[in-house]
Amino acid sequence: MDIKKMKEAHNNLCHYTYELGKINKGYTDRILHVDVSDNKVSEIAVEPEIKDKFIGGRGYGMYYLYQGTDKDTKWDSPDNEIIISAGPIAGITQYPGSGKSYVVTISPLTHAPIDSNVGGYFGPYLKFAGFDALKLKGKASEDVVVFIDGNKGEVRIDTAPKEPLDSHVLAEVLTDMYALDEKDKEYISVVSTGTGADNSKWGMLNFSFYDPRRKKVRLKQAGRGGIGTVFRDKNIKALIVKFEGLKGDINNPHDLGILQDAGVKVHREINQFDDVQNQMRKGGTSYLVEIMSEFDLLPTNNFKYGGHEDAHKIGQDVYKGKFDLSDCDGCWFGCTLACAKVVEGWELKTGPYKGEKVIVDGPEYETIAGVGSCCGIFDPDYIIENNFYCDTYGIDTISFGTGTAYIMEMYEEGIITDEMTGGLKLTFGNADAAMELLHQIGNGEGFGKIVGQGVRYVKNWLLDEVGGFSDEQRQLIVDAAMECKGLEYSLYISKESIAQQGGYNLTNKGAQHDEAWLIFDDMIHKLWPTFEDKAEALYFFPLFRTWFSLLGLCKLPWNDIKPKDNAETEQPSLIIEHINNYLDLFYGVTGRRIDMDQMIEQSARVYNLQRIFNLRCGFGTREHDQPPYRAVGPVTVEEYESRAKRYDDQLVNEHGKDITGLSTKEKIAMLREIREEAYQNLCDAVYERRGWNNNAVPKIETLEKLGIAYPELIEVIKPHLEK
Amino acid sequence: MQNLRVLKFDETKCIACGVCETACSEAFFKVDDRNKSVIRIDQGEENPKITVCNQCGGCISICPVDAIYRDKNGVVRINKKSCIGCLSCVGFCDYFAMHYHRDQTEPFKCVACGICADKCPTDAIWIEK
Repeated sequence: MDIKKMKEAHNNLCHYTYELGKINKGYTDRILHVDVSDNKVSEIAVEPEIKDKFIGGRGYGMYYLYQGTDKDTKWDSPDNEIIISAGPIAGITQYPGSGKSYVVTISPLTHAPIDSNVGGYFGPYLKFAGFDALKLKGKASEDVVVFIDGNKGEVRIDTAPKEPLDSHVLAEVLTDMYALDEKDKEYISVVSTGTGADNSKWGMLNFSFYDPRRKKVRLKQAGRGGIGTVFRDKNIKALIVKFEGLKGDINNPHDLGILQDAGVKVHREINQFDDVQNQMRKGGTSYLVEIMSEFDLLPTNNFKYGGHEDAHKIGQDVYKGKFDLSDCDGCWFGCTLACAKVVEGWELKTGPYKGEKVIVDGPEYETIAGVGSCCGIFDPDYIIENNFYCDTYGIDTISFGTGTAYIMEMYEEGIITDEMTGGLKLTFGNADAAMELLHQIGNGEGFGKIVGQGVRYVKNWLLDEVGGFSDEQRQLIVDAAMECKGLEYSLYISKESIAQQGGYNLTNKGAQHDEAWLIFDDMIHKLWPTFEDKAEALYFFPLFRTWFSLLGLCKLPWNDIKPKDNAETEQPSLIIEHINNYLDLFYGVTGRRIDMDQMIEQSARVYNLQRIFNLRCGFGTREHDQPPYRAVGPVTVEEYESRAKRYDDQLVNEHGKDITGLSTKEKIAMLREIREEAYQNLCDAVYERRGWNNNAVPKIETLEKLGIAYPELIEVIKPHLEK
Repeated sequence: MQNLRVLKFDETKCIACGVCETACSEAFFKVDDRNKSVIRIDQGEENPKITVCNQCGGCISICPVDAIYRDKNGVVRINKKSCIGCLSCVGFCDYFAMHYHRDQTEPFKCVACGICADKCPTDAIWIEK
């Protein structure tokens, strides 16, 4: 590959220079605005009120996206924006998991704001280069790259006609192109996607970081919601940031010592306890596979079942043997939890890069469960191959996994036919067919062109365009489509946890568990017996978890490592000692001492803004918070009968029903009525606790309490409140 | 096998006078502050407990920027210019012999210079080459 020729083919469209400035207590107070329609670059000063109210990261993303778009902005409108922001704590090196970037845009899947978090160095380096956030707007007339030199104070927009698109090549090419020498590569981070983002709605963004030990470019993914698809719709090939000069106090924190104390405490916990807790340092998040299977929570065959006797074949012990370990597999400096695992020297068996030896980042739990068990596939090598191609094509593994599982079920039911698939035998467990489908999606060929539009699209395509189905088939097409708000489910079974049904569906962005993971406390520990208790959990946890996204933090070091005496605390799932660490980090960086209530209030502003944003986009009401029934209870006879004793017991003992002589179908219907009613009761309780009306619309008094009763927001909610 | 220069100790000879801590912090930080000393004397069960780096090198691989290295004398050292202050090495030192202080971003450790050993009145610490 001739990098020199690629660079020579660049044509400069914009050369902008800026004052470098200095970070003050985690903030630069500047935002970089890049419009690739007219090749203009400018800066926005962050107003103190915005900083105070929306904090940073996803908070800045949501606020500025809301301001920069209007009710008519669609995902592919030139005025849609992609905003990347790391948050004030991001970039500290002392505490594990402190380098996250948060990305927002109007999604091609949900047609509403989406947020996705990602490791790699881009967000922190962007801040060190001088900017709390990057706003990307417009549509370039030809492929461009945007380069930010954080040491010289330069931004360049250049045409980039010759660079290949797929991330494993492009990130390496651009790292080589912009680095002066081997050492210089460590100062570069590239944001890119791949051909899958051109050809599907599942496009994601890869954020790079250079791994000096392996001398390889590594990739982390902002996976959810099709942000890569928007990126390519703007004809942006890549973003590159360069910054040299990272030090432990680069954020100019208010109190370095408090960051050091908190960081060392958690480093020590990881050193002492990771081996006897989750072994994240050895196996990443793969430890979850067998635990989930054991508790009937591992999605298998499109979420019909919660486990499989072959789960161990794709479990931690297997992957520990396949991962190449170094002591430093963090996606940001100082993350000793080091879950960013690597398969080295992987020889590709399929696709356009067949025969090449590559490095594969992952697989993580969601990928293993998504492209693996959810599709009935228990082949660890297939999962690695699929993970690689999803990453380089720029395709979200979660959406691909859940989407393909849906296709497989529809295929097995005869709803999707060979004629539609072009002969692909997409049965559960057919790894070859699934791999071929991925190549079709990545390259925009055959049946892949339809599948890559997402589960909601396929569901509606079957119902409205294909047609000719029986009522029973039509019901299955709807019930088994594992999406909410247009976003494919991430990989946990929620059937036995009403709270988790809410955790997936009473969300702002769609069916992603990062708002709330409540299954164990609800289903096993039975901490929340009443709807009000569950509502409290569905008030607190989504807001608590949102807080990480405002600050630039990763959630894993919160609860994937636990202090020694955590089990003896009042509510062990809170991990109160770690929450106190985070409050210390906020103080240590910003100088503002807050308590847990204020932490929740900071999140609530952003959370309510995002809900109002959904309303402005035409969604955001109760009807959009409804789950597919597969997420709530058994849809099919085989599904019911696989757990017949449990369901029969519930009908008889919990609900006092007489099931004598009833067929399975009748029992399914009886259970469904009960569970659907319970879900509506949950909605009522949660909306009330969140300060929303019973149609999920924030009340004016809620906004007033939070200090965000801005006229432009009131204007959006008022018509809904008056209904 | 490379010669290993290392500070050795005999806790039975230690009288916990603290001279070594003073000598160390004064040599490297120009202050008398045991929190800035890389040798620490604490109360033990029978004798004082001495904590100091044994030059095992366990911290070398945990450093994400390869700022920790072993020099030609076998002494494990930190390249302050490369260090990004993450303190992973502090948390992963099984002997609690890597230290940090809020006055600087980089951690610090014993480099077996011998200044403390020269000052020890009971020969409880000495440099072994």
